[in-house]
Formats: sequence, C-alpha cells, structure tokens
Amino acid sequence: MRPETASTLAFSDEQLRRVRELQALYPERRAALLPVLRMAQETFGHIAPEVEAYVGELFDLSPAHVHEVVTFYTLFFQKPVGRHVLAVCHNLSCALLGAEDVIGHLQERLGIEAGETTPDRRVTLLRVECLCACEMAPMMQVDDDYVGPLTPETIDRVLEGLR
Amino acid sequence: MAERVLMRNFERPDSHTLAGYQATGGYQALRKAIGLGADAITAEVKQANLRGLGGAGFPTGTKWGFIPQKRTAPVYLVVNADEGEPGTFKDRYLLERDPHALIEGMLIAAYAIECETSFVYIRGEYVRPWRIFAEAVREAEGAGLLGRNILGSGFDHRIIVHRGAGAYICGEETGLISSLEGQKGWPKVKPPFPAVRGAFGAPTIVNNVETLCCLPPIIARGGQWFAALGTKSQGGTRMYSVSGHVARPGVYEASVSITLRDLIYREAGGIRGGRPLKAVVPGGSSAAILKADEIDVSMDVDGLKSAGTMAGSAGVIVMDETTCIPEALWVVARFYAHESCGQCTPCRECTGWIYKIAGRILAGKGVPQDPDTIVDVAKRGIGTTICAFYDGAIGPYISYVEKFRGEFDYHIRHGACDVHPGRAGRVPASAGAH
Ligand SMILES: Cc1cc2nc3c(=O)[nH]c(=O)nc-3n(C[C@H](O)[C@H](O)[C@H](O)COP(=O)(O)O)c2cc1C
Ligand code: SF4
Ligand code: FES
Repeated sequence: MRPETASTLAFSDEQLRRVRELQALYPERRAALLPVLRMAQETFGHIAPEVEAYVGELFDLSPAHVHEVVTFYTLFFQKPVGRHVLAVCHNLSCALLGAEDVIGHLQERLGIEAGETTPDRRVTLLRVECLCACEMAPMMQVDDDYVGPLTPETIDRVLEGLR
Repeated sequence: MAERVLMRNFERPDSHTLAGYQATGGYQALRKAIGLGADAITAEVKQANLRGLGGAGFPTGTKWGFIPQKRTAPVYLVVNADEGEPGTFKDRYLLERDPHALIEGMLIAAYAIECETSFVYIRGEYVRPWRIFAEAVREAEGAGLLGRNILGSGFDHRIIVHRGAGAYICGEETGLISSLEGQKGWPKVKPPFPAVRGAFGAPTIVNNVETLCCLPPIIARGGQWFAALGTKSQGGTRMYSVSGHVARPGVYEASVSITLRDLIYREAGGIRGGRPLKAVVPGGSSAAILKADEIDVSMDVDGLKSAGTMAGSAGVIVMDETTCIPEALWVVARFYAHESCGQCTPCRECTGWIYKIAGRILAGKGVPQDPDTIVDVAKRGIGTTICAFYDGAIGPYISYVEKFRGEFDYHIRHGACDVHPGRAGRVPASAGAH
C-alpha cells in the first residue's frame, strides 16, 4: 500500500535519524542515495521534483544529479501510482507462454492501457522486463509479491483481492 | 541426477534459518577455512576449477589474485545478487532457501582476500529474497558469525545489504559498482578492473551469489573433489534455470558436464505436451540460440563455446514448434533496446535500429534485405563498446536470423506467420509502431 499524496514534504525526526544512519553505513555518504530515495518514495508516494530537491539537500547533491539517478531506475516512480502496482513481465519466457494475453486480459478487466492507473487510483498496470521468475511464466509482480503462472482465473482472483 | 551440492538444503523447511543451516554442518567450513589461512583457501579454490557463475565464467581464484599486493585502501567484496538476465532465476532460490550458505561463502572469500566490509547488491524487485537474506544476516550477527573477532580468530567482517532499483545493466560489475556508489548504473571502461580500482576507488572483488555458495562445499570437501564433479576446464555442478515450453520448468542442479538434451528431457521432463523441440537458448537471453539438432552439447563454459554459444548464467529457455522466431527476436530486441544504458553510440543506436526492423518484419511490413540488415547492423558495433552488454545482444540478433532465416523471409514475403497461419492477434499491436 502506498500513500496517495504527500502531506508535508519532510521526513520525520525518526526518518532523519535513519537517513544519517544509512549515510554513515557506507564509505561515502552518497552511496545511501538509493536507499534514501526508496524511503522517500515510500513516504511521499512518488518522487516528484520537490522530493528530488529535498533528497538532494540531505546529500548536498544538486537536484539535477538526483533527477538523473531517479530517471535511470524503473522502480522510482516520477508520477503518482495506484495503491497497488501490477508489473507484468513481457520478456521471452513469459512471452512464449502468453504474456500478451495476460496483459490484454488485465487491460480489459481494468479498463486501462499498460502504463496507466485506474481512475479510482486503485491499480497501476505496468509492462516490465524479466523479473527472473521465468519458471512461473507467465507471471507478474503484485506490489511486493510474485504471482504465476497466470491464467484468466488466477488474474481475476488477484484483482478481487486488491482493495 | 548428480549429487546436490548447491541445492543440498533446499528441501528442509528451515533451510533459511541459522539453526537449520547449522544442523547440516553449516559454518564448519568457515572454521576450517580460517584454520587453513588465506593463501591455502585461494589455492583450494583454484584447484576446484571454479569458474564464475554470474555470466562471464572467469576463474574465481585467478580473479582474487588480481588484487594488488600492496594495498593503500581496504578491499571490498561485492556480491552480485542483481540477477537480471532473462531466463535466469537461480540466485533467487539461493537467497531464499540457503541464505546462510551465501553468508558463509562470503566470509570464506572475505577471509581469503582480507576484506572487512562486503556489500550484497540485491535487485530491487526481489523483496522476499531480500527480507529472508537480511534476516539471515541479522541472525548471523546475533550469533557472532559477523562482527568483530569471528570465531575467536581476530577476523572482523560486516555485511551491508544494498537494494537496487530496477535496471538490468546494474548486473554488469562496473555498472553495479556505480549504482552502489549512488549514481546511475553506467558501466566504466576496463581496465582498471574492479580488483584494482572498484567500489569507492578501492580494490573490489565482484562475485555472483552462486559462485560464493560453492565455497563452503569446496572448503569442506576439498578443491579436488569439486573439480572432479565437472569437466577438465570447469569444476563442479551448477544450477540451471529451465523455462519456456518444458513440462517442468524450474531450477535443476547438475554437473557442468551434463548435456543440454539430458537437462531438458531427463531433468525438466521434456517438452510440454510431448511436442517437438524447435530451439533452445542455453545461457540466458544473451546466448546465441541452438537448433533442436544442436543440443547434444555439454553445458560447461568450453562445451557451449565450441557450439558457438555460451554457458552464461545457465538460463535455459526452451522453445517448441509453436514458437515464432521473428516474434521471439522482437521480444529480445525490445529488451536490449530498452536496457541499453545509452553511453556508447553503437550500442544505443544499433539496439534501437534492430528493434525497429524486427517490429517491421513482425508487423508484415518487412523488406527483403531486412534479415541481412539485422546481421550487418549487429556486427557493426562488435568490440566498440564500454561493456559486454552489446556483445551479449548480438548473440541473439545474429543467431536467430542466421539459424531461422526461412521464417524471416516468409514473414517478409507473405506479410504473415508460417507458424501461426491466420492466427489473429498474434502480432502485438505495438510491433512496427516504432
Ligand atoms: C549486461 C550484463 C549483465 C550482467 N548481469 C549479471 C547478473 O545479473 N548477475 C551476475 O552475477 N552477473 C552479471 N553479469 C556479469 C558480471 O559483470 C560479473 O562478471 C559477475 O558478477 C562476476 O561474478 P562471477 O565471477 O562470480 O561470475 C552481467 C554482465 C553483463 C555484461
Ligand atoms: S555497451 Fe551498451 S550498456 Fe554497455 S556501457 Fe555501452 S551503451 Fe551502456
Ligand atoms: S521472462 Fe518473465 S520472469 Fe523471466
């Protein structure tokens, strides 16, 4: 579950302590950037330009540098996502076993295209490259969990379980 | 089936706990290794003929030897748990089912290379493997197996668990190091190799999860024993990830001398529905494809190399007769076009170009010279790039076209697929749209 909007753009004191702890863990402070960006995403929902600037301040890094890092990685979201993220693998093993049918079924059931979020902000549907669970093909990641092999029935069951 | 060396504990329900691991003799090899001393550990690993299992197949003991004798900075061990090669899922099993084997392997390696701090770089999508591994680290810390004066030997070591954020190129060792340092995961020109100048500017050994998990059995039972499990040029067993059109997809452990045929038909139950085999990718999506009559080949690094492909990550992707090869190429080409980090012009441009041509062929809009163009374009960039990503990408590009040329020509001539005649909706709507 992800919070829908950021209330205020600052970490709590407890979180700031954690940031300093992470920075001290590595030989160079900056190595904590990815973990702190992850914290930021969990706290503020997605990494908007203000979040990049805020995290940059915590590291004495320019917002431009932080932006460069954020855009490099697929797990950092630059726009708001739904309360649940479904990431369907469309790489080779999944493609051989019907990934396109899975995506088609999900798009139809959710009424959105891959890359979009449902109007009620419940679900974001994404296409992703190999999640390295090809033995479960065709498969997808539902928030933190891997689910597969997917059939229209298992997909429907997953969708029903999402609030 | 060969003896299970790496998957020996997988059936135990408590295999991920310290108690479960210790009940099967866990951490005895560490004790023994410390008794042997650093040089003897490295000698044992060399004798074991252990070759890196992350993709490149470089001899592990030799790599450790590249650390400069005169040290001006601490040495780091970085564990490559970024598993991202399409078709590969073995490291996920090791992290989840035998995390203490990895910790013990890391400690043995760290003792051998005199390293006090290691980093485990786990791909960001691997949430469950990360939770289980991080818990194992906490347990080991609590039991004094990590920290100061380990087993009363004066050896100090700490493990820092680091999570990636989604980028295939961060599996490449120098890309991984850049990412670990808090930058985008751009690979760097080698030399200097990481063993000389790696993470935070210090000598760094990057080893794959499975490679390190081989160390406790090697120390416990001897390098010679491990070497004898494999072939002349590569010791041991390894874990094969088998997926695609097989009856029983999954991870299988076997000697590196097993043939691809036995792996598919004996271990993974053959082709689903008893259908005829069409093709196999033997070592992750970067490996050149083999046709059905080319599978009597041994799975060791040299065996697959002599067959014109590579052992890579041992991700075996099986395709039966229902597979449309131009479509498979399009999927693979999309992946490389998407994942190129964009630093090198040949890599950036050629991956995008080939994806475009493959999409055009698949959408029935190909022109007769397209297959030749793919091969020409692919060859253009060989050896001109910073990292091996591009040389990996051309493996499939060239082999799919050369080995299945007839199918590409058919698509181009008829604007349709010969494997799925008249099958509507087979061509993804997005093909040819780029
Ligand atoms: C594009 C690319 C992707 C790679 N991905 C991985 C990976 O996911 N896991 C891995 O262990 N090695 C990967 N490697 C290989 C690493 O660069 C490196 O050789 C390996 O981690 C060394 O460990 P080893 O000697 O134990 O195999 C990749 C290499 C390239 C060129
Ligand atoms: S070969 Fe490709 S992935 Fe590797 S550094 Fe160059 S552009 Fe990046
Ligand atoms: S191809 Fe889908 S998880 Fe690997």
